[in-house]
Amino acid sequence: MKELICIVCPKGCHLKVDEENGYSVTGNACPRGAEYGKKELTAPTRVITSTVKVRGAIYSRCPVKTAAPIPKGLIFAAMELLNDVELQAPVRVGDIVIEDICGTGIPFVAARDL
Amino acid sequence: MMNYDKHYEVVIVGGGPAGLAAAYSACRNGARKVLIIERDREVGGILNQCVHNGFGLHYFKEELTGPEYAGRFADMVKGTRADIMVDTMVLEITPEKIVKCASQQYGYQAIKADAIVLCMGCRERTRGAIEIPGDRSSGILTAGTAQRYVNIEGYMPGKKVVILGSGDIGLIMARRMTLEGAKVLAVVELCPYSNGLNRNIVQCLNDYNIPLYLSHTITNIIGKTRVEKVVISEVDGFTPIPGTEIEFECDTVLLSVGLIPENEISIRAGVDIDGRTRGAYVYENMQTSVEGIFASGNVVHVHDLVDFVTGESIRAGAAAAEYALGKRVGGRVINVVTKPGVNYTVPQKIRPDNIEKNVEIFFRTNKVRGNSVIRVKSDGNEIAKFKREHMAPGEMEKISIPKVLLDRCGDSLEISVEDAES
Amino acid sequence: MYDVLIIGAGIVGSAVAYELSKYQLSVGILEKYNDVANGATKANSAILHAGFDPLPETQMARLNTLGLKLAKDICEKLDVEYRPCPSFVLAFAEEEMETVHKLYERGIANGVNVKILTGDEVRELEPEISKEVVGALYSEDSAIVDPWGYAIAMAEVAVTNGVVLHRENKVRAIKKKGDIFRVSTNRDVYEARYIINAAGASAPKINSMVGDTTLVPRNLSGQYYVMDKSEGKRVNSVIFCCPNKNGKGVLVAPTVHGNLIVGPDAFEVTDSESVATDAVTLPELKQKGLKSVPGINFREIIHEYAGVRPNTQFDEFYIKELETCPHFIALAGIKSPGLTAAPAIAMEAIKLLKKAGLVMNKKVNYVNSRRVVRFRNMNDEQRRTLIARNPLYGRIICRCESVTEGEIVDAINRPIVPFSIDAVKRRCNTGMGRCQGGFCGPRVHEILARELGMSPVDILMDENKTYILTGRTKEGKKK
Repeated sequence: MKELICIVCPKGCHLKVDEENGYSVTGNACPRGAEYGKKELTAPTRVITSTVKVRGAIYSRCPVKTAAPIPKGLIFAAMELLNDVELQAPVRVGDIVIEDICGTGIPFVAARDL
Repeated sequence: MMNYDKHYEVVIVGGGPAGLAAAYSACRNGARKVLIIERDREVGGILNQCVHNGFGLHYFKEELTGPEYAGRFADMVKGTRADIMVDTMVLEITPEKIVKCASQQYGYQAIKADAIVLCMGCRERTRGAIEIPGDRSSGILTAGTAQRYVNIEGYMPGKKVVILGSGDIGLIMARRMTLEGAKVLAVVELCPYSNGLNRNIVQCLNDYNIPLYLSHTITNIIGKTRVEKVVISEVDGFTPIPGTEIEFECDTVLLSVGLIPENEISIRAGVDIDGRTRGAYVYENMQTSVEGIFASGNVVHVHDLVDFVTGESIRAGAAAAEYALGKRVGGRVINVVTKPGVNYTVPQKIRPDNIEKNVEIFFRTNKVRGNSVIRVKSDGNEIAKFKREHMAPGEMEKISIPKVLLDRCGDSLEISVEDAES
Repeated sequence: MYDVLIIGAGIVGSAVAYELSKYQLSVGILEKYNDVANGATKANSAILHAGFDPLPETQMARLNTLGLKLAKDICEKLDVEYRPCPSFVLAFAEEEMETVHKLYERGIANGVNVKILTGDEVRELEPEISKEVVGALYSEDSAIVDPWGYAIAMAEVAVTNGVVLHRENKVRAIKKKGDIFRVSTNRDVYEARYIINAAGASAPKINSMVGDTTLVPRNLSGQYYVMDKSEGKRVNSVIFCCPNKNGKGVLVAPTVHGNLIVGPDAFEVTDSESVATDAVTLPELKQKGLKSVPGINFREIIHEYAGVRPNTQFDEFYIKELETCPHFIALAGIKSPGLTAAPAIAMEAIKLLKKAGLVMNKKVNYVNSRRVVRFRNMNDEQRRTLIARNPLYGRIICRCESVTEGEIVDAINRPIVPFSIDAVKRRCNTGMGRCQGGFCGPRVHEILARELGMSPVDILMDENKTYILTGRTKEGKKK
């Protein structure tokens, strides 16, 4: 039995995950908690947010995020990719910044208009 | 009668999440002349520098980053008739609801408002406010200032970092600095529990093996010019215990030691301030002690979640529009009284005549609790109780009381929290 | 080659430079920091003392009362923030009334307007003063001032009139060949016919460079609390306790910026640059402050600071031409009431220079004025006109103190350019308020970098090496 704090939403449910019984989850307030509990112990993922350089905008950095959670182990490799990007304004929220993060098929997208 | 340059039905001071939601709501509730005055170059407030995700689950039912959440609301306001003055600072609000502001673009203006919504947000507590002793080195800044440097301006404020305070901004910045290549040596928290959301402990500290020192504080900062070393000590209550010192060689100290509502303008306008929240005393519709002046968001009480700021501001904006259009609220006033286990409540005053179905009361408890009971009493008689499996000062609580119960209770509503009998 | 080289650009050095700039002389100043007013001048009680404290017929008494008179005139001419502010010395018991009587006698002897009040009379004038107070000395001759603004103003006008300021020049050695001094610093060598040692806490060390080892440094550090403006009107006068051997004790006083200060303590430090605060002394200040003014709300603390008072083994200031080194004038041991006495000390220095043979003729086209725009002190109409004239005054950068971009740009364009965030703060008040620069810091940073044509990474917080940023994000690792 493993105890976890759910990070799916800010509520932070205290989960109990039974690794020996098919990762069944208790203490979750919603179905997404059950999913998280299992995934966190088998294949943990995270949404990564950061910034990239941008030219011609009111600020010199534009926020970006992974369009979906990526494997935890790829976080620093994903960050590394952002160093080589420089956007040109205008940028629209949702614009693809990097198409495929380390073979996951998940893109980095712009997180605001700039 | 004082002269003024312009007239609006509703003037909203501050274009952060609270101001945007209040403006949107004021327009949706019939106000035709609505103005947002924002001091920064764009609306969105601090959300623009909160590039992390976790916003919007309640309101938009999806997980957004700060800039995305701000962007959605900015777009919603663009679709209304609200005017926006950016890069404009409100300097004073008179009790007659003249808003005086200055701006490079618009000059010095006095704007007459029928109703005002105060949405100035809050500021961070500083080294000075919490009296951290030691050298006056550079490299000591609030987490929010560091966040602005990193996320908006693209500069790193340091390489080896100790963070004091485990509030959400501190935790978020621990991760952010780590991702940008800095080494975060420790997050140090005076309380025996974290003041941030649990999810942030997990995904900001645990994910990156950043140690959290609970019941510790910074007892010395060393560095004639730039920070060179920080000494932390374990505390007994608030008192450092000699002999428990741990030293960290670092160049930066980030402070996440609490937020204070920004009410200097409110006070000058005659608004009464609750010493517990350091925000205005408000009624159920977010009106302050001054008729026609409303307040919402972190200027009233510091929230954990922007979604709740939005909800509160939608109520404030609607009430401001109604006030501007001539609606007046009267009737009996019930005072919400804090009893053991409850640090404060918002609202502090409820007028049952102005409640349609139920009233939401927000509050914080005074310590970390397991199974607990929230009791609501009036004149000593329990009128409602709510069960919680987990409560913490870092997590704002919300209870909803039906109008039928309010109609039955006396002039005070007492709220307490106690441990449930197991 | 300078006629006169001043070492130190604190309040005393600045006052001397200001006075000397009225004459047809070539004058230089060597300052070890990157800005003027960076030592004791920026960290003291900011009070212009009435003059009842120094022993009658001493030099200190004379310079105190003369300095007080001169200060009023200088502050008016040079647009320095100054406010008359009465002072009390409180007695909590009958034996302390003896001290009060002693100070009264001194005050009378020194020509100061003083009165002795009963406890009730005290509270009538200042209702927040403790009920325990049985009586007090009272004088309306005192004032409060912006101490660094005062020094900056005098230094700026000196520079306007031709004095050359060399910053970041720490004196390492002084040699005298014939009538010429050769002063070596970390940067250069400067020659001069006369030297003024106004090096504050380092003055004994500078004296020793020319062989005068008379002075024993007994520098006293003092810590203070600064309270938010919400406490600024708690009292409208300077509230002293009865003095003891360590100085004037803990005082409570308003500042010209609208805050309240409580401090200082006093303990001897060997390091003249030690301005750390400590967790033991600070809370004691609260107790002492509350003893005088029980209503102070210490939840409203916004800042702490410490300053080093340049003290020596002598009770008096040490103001003289060195017998062992002619043409070298020491202005040392300038502890309290040094801020008050500074312009009088400068007059004293002029006298000593003349006596030592320096020929001094007044300049004809001398500029003796200075005006500063302070948006925060203006009324609606003044603000409207100001912004209409220059819209940059409409852009508020520091919201706690209502400081505009126009004022910051003004400060950067004045004769002594500020090179750091704190140097701007000392000129415009940015970051002095309740958020302590949390909001305006990055914006002042940006303006300073833009106006000076520097990279933000090279902008400092205060003195040398107080860097703020370590680099840019997204620079990546070089592959």
